[in-house]
Amino acid sequence: MADSAPATADKLPKDLAAEKGMVNVQIDDTWVQVPVGTRMIEACRMAGKEIPHYCYHTKLSSPGNCRMCLVQMGMPPRPAPGQAPTYEENGYQEIGWMPRPVIACASTVAENMGIRTGGDLVEKCRNGVMEFLLINHPLDCPICDQAGECSLQEFSVEHGRGCSRFEEMKVKKPKNVDIGPRIRLDDERCIMCSRCIRFMDEVADDPALGFIDRGTHTTLTVHPGHRLDSNYSLNTADICPVGALTSTDFRFQMRVWFLKETKSIDVNCGTGCNTVIWTRGNDIFRITPRENNEVNSCWMPDSHRLNFRYLHTETRLTDPVVKSRGRHEVADWFEAITRVSEGLKDYHGDEVAFIGSGRMTNEELFLLKHLADTLETDLLTLVPRFAQSDGKLIAADRNPNTTGAKLIWASNDPYAKLKAIRKGVAGRRIKALVVFYEDLLAEADFKASDLENLDLLVSNHILTNDTASVSHVVLPGAGFAEKRGSMVNITGRLQRLNQAILPPEGAMDDWEILRDLIRALAPNEPERNLVEDVFGEIADEVEEFEELTLSKIGDLGVHVTDTDESIPLLETERVRIAAGEIVG
Amino acid sequence: MAIVKVKRPKLSWHEHLYLPAILKGLGITLKHAIAALRGKAPGAEELASSGLGVTMQYPEQKWDARLPEYYRGVPALVTDEQGRERCVSCQLCEFICPPKAITILPGELQSDNPWSKVEKAPREFEINMIRCIYCGMCEEVCPEQAIFLRQDYAMTGGTRDEMVNTKGRLYKIGGMREGLVNKWNKLK
Repeated sequence: MADSAPATADKLPKDLAAEKGMVNVQIDDTWVQVPVGTRMIEACRMAGKEIPHYCYHTKLSSPGNCRMCLVQMGMPPRPAPGQAPTYEENGYQEIGWMPRPVIACASTVAENMGIRTGGDLVEKCRNGVMEFLLINHPLDCPICDQAGECSLQEFSVEHGRGCSRFEEMKVKKPKNVDIGPRIRLDDERCIMCSRCIRFMDEVADDPALGFIDRGTHTTLTVHPGHRLDSNYSLNTADICPVGALTSTDFRFQMRVWFLKETKSIDVNCGTGCNTVIWTRGNDIFRITPRENNEVNSCWMPDSHRLNFRYLHTETRLTDPVVKSRGRHEVADWFEAITRVSEGLKDYHGDEVAFIGSGRMTNEELFLLKHLADTLETDLLTLVPRFAQSDGKLIAADRNPNTTGAKLIWASNDPYAKLKAIRKGVAGRRIKALVVFYEDLLAEADFKASDLENLDLLVSNHILTNDTASVSHVVLPGAGFAEKRGSMVNITGRLQRLNQAILPPEGAMDDWEILRDLIRALAPNEPERNLVEDVFGEIADEVEEFEELTLSKIGDLGVHVTDTDESIPLLETERVRIAAGEIVG
Repeated sequence: MAIVKVKRPKLSWHEHLYLPAILKGLGITLKHAIAALRGKAPGAEELASSGLGVTMQYPEQKWDARLPEYYRGVPALVTDEQGRERCVSCQLCEFICPPKAITILPGELQSDNPWSKVEKAPREFEINMIRCIYCGMCEEVCPEQAIFLRQDYAMTGGTRDEMVNTKGRLYKIGGMREGLVNKWNKLK
């Protein structure tokens, strides 16, 4: 051990830390550098040491009330007045370990700090905390929906005793409480981490939850006269580390270990929340948000995540339908495509129009434009779908891919031609109309009588609707979970949809329908075997997509263009990160 | 979870030869054969009616009464003494089942049910007996002691559908079991 500080112009990497805004921390005998102000739990995570925790969540404030993240901490001893600090050979001061543990989630690191994430003291603390948490916890695992993704289960395997030493009766609390339309509460399972309370208060801006009573009788409940009916309430079920809050929609549907996870994105509005689609066989069981700090943080609105059941309903179109002598009859794909291409061949220029949808992927929009170009018409539009933004994650533009259409069609207003087409159909100037994904009668103010006057109306839908019933040819398409493709959200982020389930047997992926139509009209077109081929063509044509492929987009997306839109929830979150309230 | 490394047993020279073990096995068979011929085998009086008195006339005669307690026959669901379903459709048996013979559709107990505390019960529970290999993993894994391998072994059916045991049939085979299950206790 050297007596004095090393020479001033020292080149030790540890001494450069302060300049970079870093501090030196010893984690389990290894020295690492982490940014100033990092929480100990995050510093340990950076060093590859996971610390068990329940109440801590990066997007919420840290009250430090579960006590699971206790670690041993040490600092250099404070020198006596006049005494110079002493340094070891490696340049660090000796660490004086504290006899009592600290919580890693709410303490920040300091220069020359030591953290022990294991050892006798820490193990004993964790075992003790686990034992206390399990005292009143019911043995509900066989019926609890959280089983399989429950932190209490995981940590009790690592730190639990296996059997209870508690001989008294467990405290009884209300079970199966109806606190809101989409959430069921089981108070016995609650471990009082208060994540849900903080989420509703800090993120959802609807502080409906709170604790009543004290000690072992502490009970989570809704405020009198309130209900947990916020459009973000299901996020509380996601962040609940145990099975106290569970989704009514997913309740007892399936054990989570049977479900396959597919990373995808939400298609209900322009934000494009990142999601995980949970499936078993060809059924979707639930959709949960996936963390993406550039899009949706960790959250997702309830209305969007529950909007998937329509894919499995009775009204699903399962076969192509062709109208002959006034009656719809099931046809095969060859027949349907031939009928469309034969019909369209006779019309050119202003006689034929195409209506796409902002719910189509980039690849489909590209092919639709290509189809319109083949017939030399510029009557091509999307149907606008605007509503109020909710000031959090739901964008005013309810079309998920308006930005993509702007880029691929190289047009600032992809909705511009809708009025002209509507007029043209009413004035019988337009003889043939091809519609993708949109119910013109319900969503675009078309009149049924006008549509009936068309020589050829071709529509592509997922479910039956009024437009389909007046169409001459109906082509059944694939839903958002049934296809691979890409979309660009309102902030200009290119994101990827992945296929979680297969479309019904007689339905086809929409880009394949478009490809076959183009092929039938222009036999010299290049072969497109994969959706990747189509993306490659986009990358060649559109500047923003240059050098990208579907795989290169990755799970978190790529920023491809600048827009003047922003996501309000992220703005709020950035303010809170800057204020040091949350880790982010 | 700790990994336990199992050591291979060290065999002595006569164990390596295997012959002594084969002779021992032959000896046991011979012992039983002689005992049967002398009319001293278990169940001899039932078999005495035909030929040498060593052949069982199946299916007129059956061995059922002598099946051991641990016999692994058809898996079936059991109810408790009061006729309540023990199964809570936790689907662990479905998960563990090596040939994937079990299919469960979980369901919720209605709140007007006197045992709604249990919350969950299977809506449908099917065991495909064409697939079942009678391994007994389902019985071993069940946290509610609701599924048991019974002594029935003669599963027959004219079609594939008939070989699927539905929930109703499983409870009929399984019958009632006594034993302590705490989940109905309001205080537990």
